Amino acid sequence: MMTYEDKLYEIAKDNDAYIVMTAENRAFIRKMPELLGERFIDTGITEQTLVGAAAGLALRGRRPVLHALATFLTMRAFEFIRTDVGIPGLPVKLVGAFPGVLSEANGPTHQAIEDISLMRGIPNMGVFCPADLEDLVIGLESILESERPFYIRYPNLPANYQHSNNFSIGSAETCSEGDDITILTYGALFTQAFEAAQALQKKGLSVQLLNLRTLKPLDDSAVLDSFQKTKLTVTVEDHFQIGGLYSILAELLLKNKLSGNVLPIAFDERWFKPALLKDVLEYEKITAEHLANRIKSAYEKLT
Amino acid sequence: MTTKSLTSLEQTAFNVREHIVRMSGNGGCFIGASLSCVDLIVYLYSNFLHLNKDNLNDPDRDILLLSKGHDVPALYGTFAELGIIEKKRLNNHLQTNDYIYWHPNRKIPGVEFHSGSLGHLLSVAIGIALDAKLRRQTHRVVVITGDGELDEGSNWEALLVAAAYKLDNLLIICDRNEFQANIETERLIPLEPLTNKFEAFGCPAVEIDGHDFNAMRDVFAETPFTKSGPSVVIARTIRGKGLPSIEARADRWFCNFTDHEVQELLKELTGEHKAKLTSETLTVR
Repeated sequence: MMTYEDKLYEIAKDNDAYIVMTAENRAFIRKMPELLGERFIDTGITEQTLVGAAAGLALRGRRPVLHALATFLTMRAFEFIRTDVGIPGLPVKLVGAFPGVLSEANGPTHQAIEDISLMRGIPNMGVFCPADLEDLVIGLESILESERPFYIRYPNLPANYQHSNNFSIGSAETCSEGDDITILTYGALFTQAFEAAQALQKKGLSVQLLNLRTLKPLDDSAVLDSFQKTKLTVTVEDHFQIGGLYSILAELLLKNKLSGNVLPIAFDERWFKPALLKDVLEYEKITAEHLANRIKSAYEKLT
Repeated sequence: MTTKSLTSLEQTAFNVREHIVRMSGNGGCFIGASLSCVDLIVYLYSNFLHLNKDNLNDPDRDILLLSKGHDVPALYGTFAELGIIEKKRLNNHLQTNDYIYWHPNRKIPGVEFHSGSLGHLLSVAIGIALDAKLRRQTHRVVVITGDGELDEGSNWEALLVAAAYKLDNLLIICDRNEFQANIETERLIPLEPLTNKFEAFGCPAVEIDGHDFNAMRDVFAETPFTKSGPSVVIARTIRGKGLPSIEARADRWFCNFTDHEVQELLKELTGEHKAKLTSETLTVR
């Protein structure tokens, strides 16, 4: 499997429209200065200028792909994203590094767990939350070639699942089919949710697991179909409960005059415990094992 | 571009001021900040930028961005005088059938980018200037900033980046009218010594009288001042220039005049007599 950087270079190398930019966050694009030369631009620790300059480049027909820490990109530069990229709808691609639980032990300053809420609130801004690096590489070309601005939540995790190469914006990946429980998830918790689904299936429960891939646009029909055929729907995400997938689901259900049993697994009105990833998952009870237990318990209460 | 004579520039600027005064009734506009940069905008479009109504989509045209977008009546008035938009279109100010409102909209021919939120367009200009460098194009990118606007930290990070990338194709003009919205800059957040600040950021800066066309001719002919970064012109101006009854007054920020007052102000522009202003214009916007 190609790395993100290799895939990005493959897409950008023969197309001068692509400008790879960063606010001095080169973790995933270390070879780019050498590979792209002048088409690599590092503005230093300046998220606002990074976004504003990207808008100027996009205005001239370029397609900037920006890299910065997810928190500072989506929050410090929020008004630049909303005003300079969002209002004109320029095809600027925003790659947020270390989002959600992937900020590990950095603490609340670095926890981007309202990023999806903020980005999806901007008209025309797409939101791509791949499950892991393979899922990212599979979807990258479609996202970068899209004419709309996109926020990409960078999932710096190896894959534990063979993803479908069949990617299209607004289509979820169905990883298992089932009739009892729907699990909706995205990003870094996919790995845990997938293993949880397998554990539940071993216990005799039939689980439909959707890797949503793009939260905006959402695969409405896949979500609604699964919601309607199962008794319990679970949203699993490393995001504040407000404004993320749980909110997205609530909006979709209300729009379709539907209600039902929904278990939100998210950070409810608080930041998460800073620690190494495996310890965060354990402390916050979002390992595969914890997820399976929480979901099974909620399901049993219904029957 | 056709080089206009001094007399012609003065006449154009006068006409633009009339347009601005007309836009200050029926809902009003940011009249003072518009009047301070009229002469600059008229000069730049008439005698400096390679821009006219026929090359607005040329990829190699010069680019001007208004970072303090609330002075857009000066831009639209200039567009009307130079034939970029029809004069009668200015009557659509604040009407829902058009896009002429208190800040710039790209749907109006000649507007390169929208603004309104302060401290943005220096960054956007950097992107445009970088693109020009990548394409080995030599057209100029001009940004007009306010002075109060310089409170925004984003300007200063943008200056660092512009100097780092040696953007000598970028010209920054500061409309130094010495006011931010409702107060003098030096009474609130002092900017002086402003020239030194720009220069310390690697951007050579020159001060001129922003109402003196001869001074503009001389200084803009000298740009770029360096090959190692952007050039800065600090244009000393008077907020409300041309209307003594509102000149350099903190309380004449956003004005929505009555029809009678607009007529009085139009006479004041000609020097006929000073207008008597009574309406409550201390609108905070």
